[in-house]
Amino acid sequence: MYRYDELDQALVDQRVSEFRDQVSRRLSGELTEDEFKLLRLMNGVYLQLHAYMLRIAIPYGTLSSEQMRMLAHVARRYDRGYGHFTTRQNIQFNWIKLEEMPDTLADLAKVGMHAMQTSGNCVRNITTDQWAGVAADEIEDPRIWAEVLRQHSTMHPEFTFLPRKFKIAITAAAHDRAAVKVHDIGLRMLRNSAGELGFEVMVGGGLGRTPFIGKTIKPFLPTRDFLSYVEAILRTYNQYGRRDNIYKARIKILVHELGADKFAAEVENEWNTIKEGALALDPAVVADIAARFIYPNYERLEDNPAALARARKEDRAFAVWLDNSVSNHKQPGYAIVTLSLKPTGAPPGDATADQMDAIADLADRYSFGEIRVGHEQNLVLPNVAQRDLLELWQQLEAHELATPNVGLVSDIIACPGLDYCTLANARSIPVAQELTKRFGDHALAKTIGRLHINISGCINACGHHHVGHIGILGVEKNGEEFYQITLGGRADEGAKLGALLGPAVRYGEVADVVEDVVAAYVELRERPEELFVDTVKRIGVEPFKERVYATR
Amino acid sequence: MTSPHEQKKRKVNGSVVVTANRLGDGAVVYRTVNNDWTTDLASAAVVAAPAAAVLLQSAEADSVRAVGPYIAPVEVAAGNRVLPGNLRERIRLAGPTFTLPGAA
Ligand code: SF4
Repeated sequence: MYRYDELDQALVDQRVSEFRDQVSRRLSGELTEDEFKLLRLMNGVYLQLHAYMLRIAIPYGTLSSEQMRMLAHVARRYDRGYGHFTTRQNIQFNWIKLEEMPDTLADLAKVGMHAMQTSGNCVRNITTDQWAGVAADEIEDPRIWAEVLRQHSTMHPEFTFLPRKFKIAITAAAHDRAAVKVHDIGLRMLRNSAGELGFEVMVGGGLGRTPFIGKTIKPFLPTRDFLSYVEAILRTYNQYGRRDNIYKARIKILVHELGADKFAAEVENEWNTIKEGALALDPAVVADIAARFIYPNYERLEDNPAALARARKEDRAFAVWLDNSVSNHKQPGYAIVTLSLKPTGAPPGDATADQMDAIADLADRYSFGEIRVGHEQNLVLPNVAQRDLLELWQQLEAHELATPNVGLVSDIIACPGLDYCTLANARSIPVAQELTKRFGDHALAKTIGRLHINISGCINACGHHHVGHIGILGVEKNGEEFYQITLGGRADEGAKLGALLGPAVRYGEVADVVEDVVAAYVELRERPEELFVDTVKRIGVEPFKERVYATR
Repeated sequence: MTSPHEQKKRKVNGSVVVTANRLGDGAVVYRTVNNDWTTDLASAAVVAAPAAAVLLQSAEADSVRAVGPYIAPVEVAAGNRVLPGNLRERIRLAGPTFTLPGAA
């Protein structure tokens, strides 16, 4: 866990009292909606179809059990008993009254939580690998670097009013779990041939109306230059970004229009003027930040204890869950446990207040009080002793948190869509719910193997449909919900945008089409281990198109 | 199905109401003939599209009680029952189209 210092706490408290004043002036009519809207958005408050929505940052996806209990309290006291974890390591509450928003934020501030930088044209909540600090395949904890950036960018006067919102993601592992290539800046930690630590820097990735995969503009950036180089990118963007046209304002358009090489050259020029200045990172400063991350006092344990091996043999359901939801930990004898928030028929990423409380208790008992939130809208207990896995599983089962579908076809990422969102063309959640029912059988899902379905209710792409192995995008045709389907996208180190399958289909047909696509894949794959995305890559979308549309 | 911004631009024919979100809690409200707001669609002022501009103007002037007023289509069914005119408006009136978590 990371310990905030007093400065952070004072800042959060101050923001709450400012916002309390702003809300009361709005309620009395002293502020107009136009004046107030900007202020509320700066505090993560949106107005949705039915009510206000509050978006709360979970910096680098790390939550303490105390914070999780507070989220449960907020869900119960101010909302309707649940919350929604998003693809950007935030949580959203859908039903909070504006009148109660200041009290909600004051309660959250008690545990160091806030909604700053969850909205507006600033550097947003910086995201990273939900397994940071515990992943067996990581070089170093990427949260240290996320924190270096967070401290630098929080309330940074120059970067609070950028041409558009700005999203940064960092990974330090071989396998990219943070989708860094679809962010405005993606940073991947690596070692050069001399063994020195640094980052590959990618810019201009992003989804939405005009999707792009990020381009590498610096294959190796030494860690000392981390801050100055990111600053140089932001300055270049601030100077040249299109403020005149909201559809062209993101950095991806600038990078695309200038060309990655030209953009890189501009950054390089800017960087040369600042790299030897105050932003050159002193290793002592980084060490100081790193020291604020407190790691558990792990016991010395053996991997794969005998009792676990026995339980695995004796209980088939437990074995299925182990194989699906439990991953290797850095520390011998420990495991990383993913809690699926995708039970059959449920809205993806939602957790009830009771589940949140249960997760907090389980985190205290089995995971040194720590919980993580991943962009796939699942939660993680990052520090579970392998000997406790059976007990933990039994309790997760009791709270509907042990569906063994992590990474499988029913582990669907979906945005709130037309059931909540004012910008939506079509619903996302009921489409996801239907699909989880169609693919609810574990044996079937296992035969299909790793397959990510992503659903967005409009072109803003909050459900990351472009990079879903199967992407589903809600569009509107003559007042009716239609859905475009794309195949072959991916969000990991091999990031790629999906290709359109064919004409959009009606709401009632989506699940059938997806079933047809999946059936075609099972027939067309070369061998059972060939993943869906690899089959699409090998044969293209045409064979799928033929089968799907032949009967329609 | 369309954002309020676009709905404003769209030509609406037939019967309409003026709708917004209540300032204090965001609840969906409809303008009444008495220049008041109601959460009950049956009590809303239903007007023919050309008359809606006047109703919208009065709603816009009342920005302390409700936010973002716009003209929305309705259907007037048998027995003068007023129904939302499209899916978006149906969802605004009735809430999400699935059982909310924990409510089952
Ligand atoms: S993708 Fe569109 S519909 Fe979905 S949450 Fe984002 S803005 Fe709303």
